[in-house]
Amino acid sequence: MGALTVMTACSSPGGTAPDADETAPSSAATNADGAPTCGTEPVTLKGYFETGFPLATDLTEEFTAQYPNVTFDIREDQFAVLTQNAPRVLADDPPDLMRLPQVSELAEDGLLLNLDPYAESFGWDAWPASQLEQMRVDDEGRRGDGPLYAMGLNFSMTGVFYNKDLAAQIGMTTPPATLAELDSYLQAAKDAGLTPIAQFNGGATGGFAFPLQGLMASYGDPAEINSWIYQQPDSTIDTPANLEAAEHLASWVDAGYFAEDVNSMDYSTMMSRFIGGESVFIFNGDWESGNLDTQMPGNVGFFLVPPVEEGGAVGAMSAPLTFGISAYAENPDCAAFFLDWVATNEEARTIAVEIGGSHPMGPADAFMPEVDADTVTAQTLEAGALIGEQDGAMDFIANATGSIYAKSWTPNLQKLFAGEQDPAGLLSSVQADYDAEIGG
Amino acid sequence: MAQRQTTDVPGRREAVDRFTSDSRRRALKARRLRRGGLALTLVVPAALAYVLFVVRPIFLTIQYSFYDWDGVTPATWVGADNYAALLRNPELSGSILNAFELIIFFSFVPVALGLFTANTIRGFATSRLAVVARTVLFLPQIIPLVAAGIMWSWQLATNGLVNQVLRLIGLDGVARAWLGDFDTALPAVGVIGAWVLFGLCMLLLLAGMTKIDPALYEAARIDGAGPFREFFSITLPSLRQEVVVCVTVTVIAALASFDIVYIATQGGPGNSTLVPGLEIYYLAFFQREVGQASALAVALMVLVLAVVLPLQWINREGDS
Repeated sequence: MGALTVMTACSSPGGTAPDADETAPSSAATNADGAPTCGTEPVTLKGYFETGFPLATDLTEEFTAQYPNVTFDIREDQFAVLTQNAPRVLADDPPDLMRLPQVSELAEDGLLLNLDPYAESFGWDAWPASQLEQMRVDDEGRRGDGPLYAMGLNFSMTGVFYNKDLAAQIGMTTPPATLAELDSYLQAAKDAGLTPIAQFNGGATGGFAFPLQGLMASYGDPAEINSWIYQQPDSTIDTPANLEAAEHLASWVDAGYFAEDVNSMDYSTMMSRFIGGESVFIFNGDWESGNLDTQMPGNVGFFLVPPVEEGGAVGAMSAPLTFGISAYAENPDCAAFFLDWVATNEEARTIAVEIGGSHPMGPADAFMPEVDADTVTAQTLEAGALIGEQDGAMDFIANATGSIYAKSWTPNLQKLFAGEQDPAGLLSSVQADYDAEIGG
Repeated sequence: MAQRQTTDVPGRREAVDRFTSDSRRRALKARRLRRGGLALTLVVPAALAYVLFVVRPIFLTIQYSFYDWDGVTPATWVGADNYAALLRNPELSGSILNAFELIIFFSFVPVALGLFTANTIRGFATSRLAVVARTVLFLPQIIPLVAAGIMWSWQLATNGLVNQVLRLIGLDGVARAWLGDFDTALPAVGVIGAWVLFGLCMLLLLAGMTKIDPALYEAARIDGAGPFREFFSITLPSLRQEVVVCVTVTVIAALASFDIVYIATQGGPGNSTLVPGLEIYYLAFFQREVGQASALAVALMVLVLAVVLPLQWINREGDS
């Protein structure tokens, strides 16, 4: 026993990573275009998905219905568990398909399969480039450029949801066209004795990042925010435009537009307050569209954070629901075929919209299912199209580094609400933490 | 038999005596060894488990603390850098300060309240009321910490019981989101801990009181001592060991707290309730800085020992 302890103590922790297999698709089963398929032999794809989100599982069921030789062996975990386990699972128990957290470290460690050969043979590189940008990682671990390491099942988008009944009470019948108009509705809601915004910002989840980033897109250029998130050289979050955005957010805090207890409010409390009619607005994403259409049918509206001046540029946080293939997966070809099928098959795209509530991946002119115009799903899809046109898609500022959200944005945004941090201090301390993390 | 044979020859008798006492000693030694061997065999499984699951992880943690390691890929030796960061980084040192502040709530409050309650219950120890009081007050101890954390985070919410009661008695101005306020979050978490640990302290102290000789109280009363004098001159000194046990257990609970904080605030708002246990978890499993997490864990272990060992020493000192 002593010997064992001594032995383990002598070698440094963490062995050398095994060499990844060559990544070029080399299966015998290809279709007429030469792109890989799942063949006709029985295949079992090993999946590692996120609990609580039925989209992936529903898609696998439809896939098995269309390709009966393919079955799935699926394991599910909470996203936090998935994040913790990702490197280990990808190396030791490699899934063919896995719901991925932030990809840059995983790609840098050689745990994810380079999907570029598939992108070429399936023609993914002909899709709007912004769809895949966030999943590209260069050899220094910076995102935005380089080989493709993941694929989306759909891409989500954020903005403002509002309760139509309550909005009518404060005289808001159409979404605000400018920030000033939004401010006036927030004030009207407050004057009417309603809670204008219930926004989760408690615990380790700084949900104030949602309105803040929306405001950043109204005041500044989404591309600059993206290059900060992608860790491009010399980028900073501490810009005059972002300061204006942070000051605007602080003015909402000072005016009392947020619920008093946002610093102890978690995500599910925010949702139950909104669904219960206790809040006029929330800043959230279209992954809730389907849920809201079920819980409050016909009573929910959606708009993007409005521009400073009418008709100005808008932006939104927009991120693909990323799935990747382990560098050690047994059936990478079939997994890649599945990912392509999700983006191109009509049934799959319908599931992506109806179950996922978000816009499917794929070419801009691809098939779209019919959606009832009265639903909030229809409004979020429409807003998504607008973001696509204006090139206003941004990754989430919380994804810039591994711990920037929990360790910098969240505490600083909580301090901003409590009046212990000013807008300038917020941006400069986040930038300092960012520099410390990527520099060291 | 050997002795009887040698009774008439003194010289041989000595020799034989020596021989027999030697052999007896040897036999005794052998028996002791045999018994010791048996004892050792019985201890081995537990010792093995102890070495495997306690000693080995401690040494591995100490080893990891000198590396920069993400838990998967090869690690790099960084010497004492991780320990230097504990002093340099206000977030890491702040978490340790928060843990010390929690000692007030997790340790002092339960022990003080426990002494008071136990002393009160002792007054009517034989009645049924004492049994009821004991059971009710001990209940929090058997509730899982996670459940206690969830229950209290509801009670401390904006519309929770605590604020309802405050509003009922006209203290609307005081009502707030207790766990979401920078000034009250840590004390609020402390109150949850105090509530959980109070029952344990009370039960331990009550048990200690039952072994105090009632004659002491009678003698004190004859000498004209009042309840205060009785408490400070008889009860408290007799309970020294129990108090030390209570303080030890609760101080460890404060310094190593995790469950309650994780459930109630996750360290927020703005790191105001961040404690080392939680920070170790974040570092190791979210930031994948296993080396830094290990360094904080080692520092926490040293701190706990530095606080608890003197307590044990005080206890032993008093005994001798």
